[in-house]
Amino acid sequence: MGQMNNNWKVVPPFHPEFDLERCDYRNGCTICAHECSFGEIGMKPVKGPDGTVLNRPWANLSSCGACQRCVKMCPRNAIHIECGPMHTSHAYWTPEYVNAIWRQSGARGGVLLVGNGATGPQKRYFDHMMFDACQVTNPSIDPLREPMEIRTYLGRKAQRFGEDMGPQLKLEVPIMFGAMSFGALNLRVHEAEARATRSLGTFWNTGEGGFHKTLRQYGDNTIVQVASGRFGVSEDYLNSAAAVEIKIGQGAKPGIGGHLPGEKVSGEISQTRMIPVGSDALSPAPHHDIYSIEDLRQLIFAIKEAVEYRVPVSVKIAAVHNVAPIASGIARAGADIITIDGFRGGSGATPLQIRQNTGIPIELAIAAADQRLREEGIRQTVSLVASGGIQCSSDVLKAICLGADAVYVGTPVLIALGCGVCQRCFSGKCAYGITTNKPGLAERIDVDDATEALENLLHAWAEEIKELMGSMGIITIEALRGNRDRLRAVGLTDVEMSVLGIKHAGA
Amino acid sequence: MCGIVGIINTDRRKIDGSHIREAIRIQRERGNGLGGGFSAYGIYPENRDKYAFHIMYEGNRHNPVIGQVENFLERKTRVYQSEEIPVYPNERIPRGPHFKRYFVKILEEQINADQTEEDCVVEIVMTINRMGGAFVVSSGKNMGVFKGVGYPEDVADYFRIEDYEAYVWTAHNRFPTNTPGWWGGAHPFTILDKAVVHNGEITSYGTNVRWLEMYGYFCLLQTDTEVISYIYDKLTRKDRLSIRDACYAMAPSLWEEIERENDGKKRTLRQIYGPAVVNGPFGIVLTHDRGAIVLNDRNKLRPVVCAKSGNTFYASSEECSIRLLSPEVDEIWSPRGGEPVIIDLQQEDGKEAA
Repeated sequence: MGQMNNNWKVVPPFHPEFDLERCDYRNGCTICAHECSFGEIGMKPVKGPDGTVLNRPWANLSSCGACQRCVKMCPRNAIHIECGPMHTSHAYWTPEYVNAIWRQSGARGGVLLVGNGATGPQKRYFDHMMFDACQVTNPSIDPLREPMEIRTYLGRKAQRFGEDMGPQLKLEVPIMFGAMSFGALNLRVHEAEARATRSLGTFWNTGEGGFHKTLRQYGDNTIVQVASGRFGVSEDYLNSAAAVEIKIGQGAKPGIGGHLPGEKVSGEISQTRMIPVGSDALSPAPHHDIYSIEDLRQLIFAIKEAVEYRVPVSVKIAAVHNVAPIASGIARAGADIITIDGFRGGSGATPLQIRQNTGIPIELAIAAADQRLREEGIRQTVSLVASGGIQCSSDVLKAICLGADAVYVGTPVLIALGCGVCQRCFSGKCAYGITTNKPGLAERIDVDDATEALENLLHAWAEEIKELMGSMGIITIEALRGNRDRLRAVGLTDVEMSVLGIKHAGA
Repeated sequence: MCGIVGIINTDRRKIDGSHIREAIRIQRERGNGLGGGFSAYGIYPENRDKYAFHIMYEGNRHNPVIGQVENFLERKTRVYQSEEIPVYPNERIPRGPHFKRYFVKILEEQINADQTEEDCVVEIVMTINRMGGAFVVSSGKNMGVFKGVGYPEDVADYFRIEDYEAYVWTAHNRFPTNTPGWWGGAHPFTILDKAVVHNGEITSYGTNVRWLEMYGYFCLLQTDTEVISYIYDKLTRKDRLSIRDACYAMAPSLWEEIERENDGKKRTLRQIYGPAVVNGPFGIVLTHDRGAIVLNDRNKLRPVVCAKSGNTFYASSEECSIRLLSPEVDEIWSPRGGEPVIIDLQQEDGKEAA
């Protein structure tokens, strides 16, 4: 009898391979098994040549997600991660789809959840845009010899000198750490973000999970978020930071709310979010007091009143088809900053189908929004922040050329702390201790080390940005903002180029 | 590479065009015969109260756009005088496009409620430039621009600029590296009374242009110089910045210096006018009806030398031009990058400018 059940075994896509010649198990090393927080690696007793029993590492072939923690922690470099073993003979029905259906038809069924940003094959426009450089007719600038300025101010600018300016955020690097909440991340990661942004002269965003009391000393470098769940929002909270961001949507899950399971709501998180211990933290899909642009305007001004117009108010939206007119509406509703989050943006937990299929690329969204604001003559009245899928310093600069004032990065922050982008942030088992509050795992983050890693990353990107600017003969980053003239397309269609506002290479 | 020269007689003493012709001629090395041009202030005293439109028409006098432009001018302005600009083809420049000049006053009823008279002139210029085949070479009062394809001394002969007398002259010798050498692309570029001669290549072009477009300035000629004239016009005329502040907005100091001086005004200027900051190498002489400005990029990537001799001020890419005109000067110096040299003309009654 063939086995018929509704619990088809899902074949794990990855597994660790051990080089037992190199492995130090003979001396009792168990580091990999200890480090694997997903239960993939165990120790299995085997008889040694002299008859003694030794424990060797053993792959359970059940739950490897290729986070690479074991690889990095192995002192003997004895582990690597193999992809497979599942293959399908059908080119169309790839393991990805087959496994998904097996999982969904199984006992646990339901909506498939994933972490991190979209993985689909959609075009990465950044790769199809090339920078210009100076040759002969104007000199390139050596950033080691000449001052290169990348300071950026976010906030409403006057149309002309003498008119009122809004409050400004001063960024020494045009890169901020994007919204990732306490709960999704642990307090150590938040502290590292806070300390790094203070020393770098930029900003981090608390996300929607409140702002822990012990970090309020970093308020001058903090943007607090007001999302649909309103967790942790109080007058004190709004006044504790350098800016307030209203989160309407997120690139990884446009139009979708959030859910922090009750088991993750421990004492500290409960206090910071201002909800009971153990209760699910549900963020509704829309703000239930914002069903229209005029409602948003009321919230923007309610917040401005609460902070007495001292700090800018930002509105974050997911990049969707109609992003340009929406951005215009938000600018006219009184926002000082608009953050647009592309569909590649990360998430702790998002339904797989939403993540892969909803939203649009940040490159197109920022270009369309910038152009629309200019056509309406209101670009000066609002700053644009691009986020969602920024992978390297040249992405930052390309986003700026397309019209962004600055960018948010989220996933790069996690990767800097070790993250191998295994997409299981929601599991609470993060082997790097980043997206978990579990005792024993969270301690894997050393705040000093993590702070330094983030500082290193942004220093490196800042240096690269200056190099790129120098090659283009640019000494002040404001001369590159919206400067699409310095980008050329390689392999894009006329429609794509017209949305991006750039010419093809050679043209 | 390009060459520029400016002669500014602050006492409004007029000299004919032969001097500037010589001054730019000896900088021949800096050009390649693909563009030369001159601006002259004070050349139309009898029409000083009217806007002098120098318009270039592609092709010849039969170009239909001429009728289109003239109908448009008749509608928007009162045209007091309309004539061909005399030209003298020679063996080095045997032919060129058709040039006409019009002395006009803007009709009161054509000025929109939200416009000044000058805004209306800018709009007329932008409209004509977008008609296709017509191009406003200059549009200020009591001034004019003469330019074309050729070495500047040949262009001077083509227009016989020694027949004009002016108290401010600028000249340009072009070595084009962005747009092809064509008559409309030669310098100076102007808007209203402002004329710019420029040696450089602006790396911030895209940012500057897109900012200007928000305020009704359309840069159709793809040249840096056009952009500088429009930025300056927007800053000084529309936003009412002083000349010094306008120069600061285009070439600001380092943020570090602003912090050190704790200068709130400079900080705000730089915050607001980030899109007007000009990057890339440039040395410019910008002239207007009350004076002139000499400005270099912050890194001083292009040469500019200034000198004073009595009531005459000189600016040039090469010292030789100045020495040719005035072997003994009272003062000669090379201005620092980013620091404007601002020259005021005496008022017409002979007093110092306020």
